[in-house]
Amino acid sequence: MKYTLRVWRQNGPDDRGRLVEYTVDGITPDMSFLEMLDVLNERLLLDGDESIAFDHDCREGICGMCGLMINGTAHGPQKATTTCQLHMREFDPRKPITIEPWRARPFPVVRDLVVDRSALDRVIESGGHVGVHAGAAPDAHAVPVPKPDADRAFAAAACIGCGACVAACPNGSAMLFTAAKAVHLAALPPGQPERGTRALTMVQTQDDLGFGGCTQAGECATACPKEIGTDVIALLNRDVLWKVD
Amino acid sequence: MGRKAVMAVTGIVLLAYVLVHMAANLKAFAGRESIDGYGHFLREFLEPVFGYGGFVWIVRVVLLAAVVLHIAAAVSLTRQARKARPIPYAVKQGGYAARTMRWGGVIIALFVVYHILDLTAGVLNPHGVPGEIHASVVAGFSRWYVVAFYTLAVVSLGFHIRHGMWSALRSLGARTAAQPAALAVAVAITVGFLSVPYAVLLGVIR
Ligand code: HEM
Ligand code: FES
Repeated sequence: MKYTLRVWRQNGPDDRGRLVEYTVDGITPDMSFLEMLDVLNERLLLDGDESIAFDHDCREGICGMCGLMINGTAHGPQKATTTCQLHMREFDPRKPITIEPWRARPFPVVRDLVVDRSALDRVIESGGHVGVHAGAAPDAHAVPVPKPDADRAFAAAACIGCGACVAACPNGSAMLFTAAKAVHLAALPPGQPERGTRALTMVQTQDDLGFGGCTQAGECATACPKEIGTDVIALLNRDVLWKVD
Repeated sequence: MGRKAVMAVTGIVLLAYVLVHMAANLKAFAGRESIDGYGHFLREFLEPVFGYGGFVWIVRVVLLAAVVLHIAAAVSLTRQARKARPIPYAVKQGGYAARTMRWGGVIIALFVVYHILDLTAGVLNPHGVPGEIHASVVAGFSRWYVVAFYTLAVVSLGFHIRHGMWSALRSLGARTAAQPAALAVAVAITVGFLSVPYAVLLGVIR
């Protein structure tokens, strides 16, 4: 199959950047989206052109490196799927595919489709950890954790930090990420002592980094490849507003 | 951060007002004495404490403060959002809340100004005698273009509340805030408000 692509090309952080049109042939329905880009890049290299820079690592949906904005949708059209797990059978060869980097002020473009997401690490550093001495790992039965709490923590901890929530948010907010990282701790016993301050500092850091504010538009949860729901945002807000410690 | 809480609390104050207002409007179906009497009652309410009309002015001050804070928080959040994405996507984004909340808010605000000049001050109303609510309502809504504008505003309000009520509950930390409840309130308010102008236009209220 043959596809027409419009790909964002940008030589470096200070380049203005533009969409460039390519056609890529020899694509099979079973190829992943990134393999399709690999095919294009091989051809570009053979032709003596500069290959398209894009991020990826595990290619199995667990590292969070591979986010692309595909036809205006973070990680493309398939629900609950990272870009690396997306297959070309999802795309109609008659329609051009537009590929853009994540767009947010705290995510500067490094080159082409690669953005610097380390702002998310700054949010974690500011409070997304347990700072009190929690001791060595206790015996499995020593601290009982109710099943619903364990499930909630586990669902939030599925976040791979890909940044799709930021990319999809009409406000450029990182609230779903921040909430997932705060709530997976808030749901478990070691996370209790710093629960209120953690919530407050992480949200404050997020604002300071230049992310937008959350208005519950819900686009983040739709885009999230790990299907984290906006209920974690409500739980974070609850801790920010009502939890004093 | 506190802006979302401000937005939610002021939004809830405005929503409570809108609910009471809508329910009271239905008195127009019960005839002239009912609705005009209600307007009189509101001004006599707690008269020994606040004097005639005092209660109404207290409500006005509270509402104005809520509206000002609500809009200030909205403007601040909107500015932050614009700054957070200086380069827009080439492929346009959609999203129900993103498309309707900000524009809806502006339409509602412009409407409220017109509405006060029409039915409170009476200057834009063909009848426009303060206290003669029934006659003013009938005179106002006998013109189709006024009803059309009220329809636009009330439908915008319905959309605004549909997202806003749910969003407010979430902002205040309610994990189980139900979207269907917000939808039900939005539909009730929209239908309730629209019933009076259309009843006038169709000759049911006259
Ligand atoms: C110019 C006037 C107005 C503007 C610009 C405005 C704008 C907004 C915006 C931007 C939001 C946040 C939207 C979101 O969460 O995505 C919002 C929320 C809300 N609005 Fe308005 N609005 C206006 C007037 C009103 C009025 C007149 C009412 C009541 C009748 C109202 C009720 C609400 C409620 C209950 C919320 C939910 C608060 C929250 O999101 O936490 N708004 N408004
Ligand atoms: S490359 Fe690791 S999640 Fe896609």
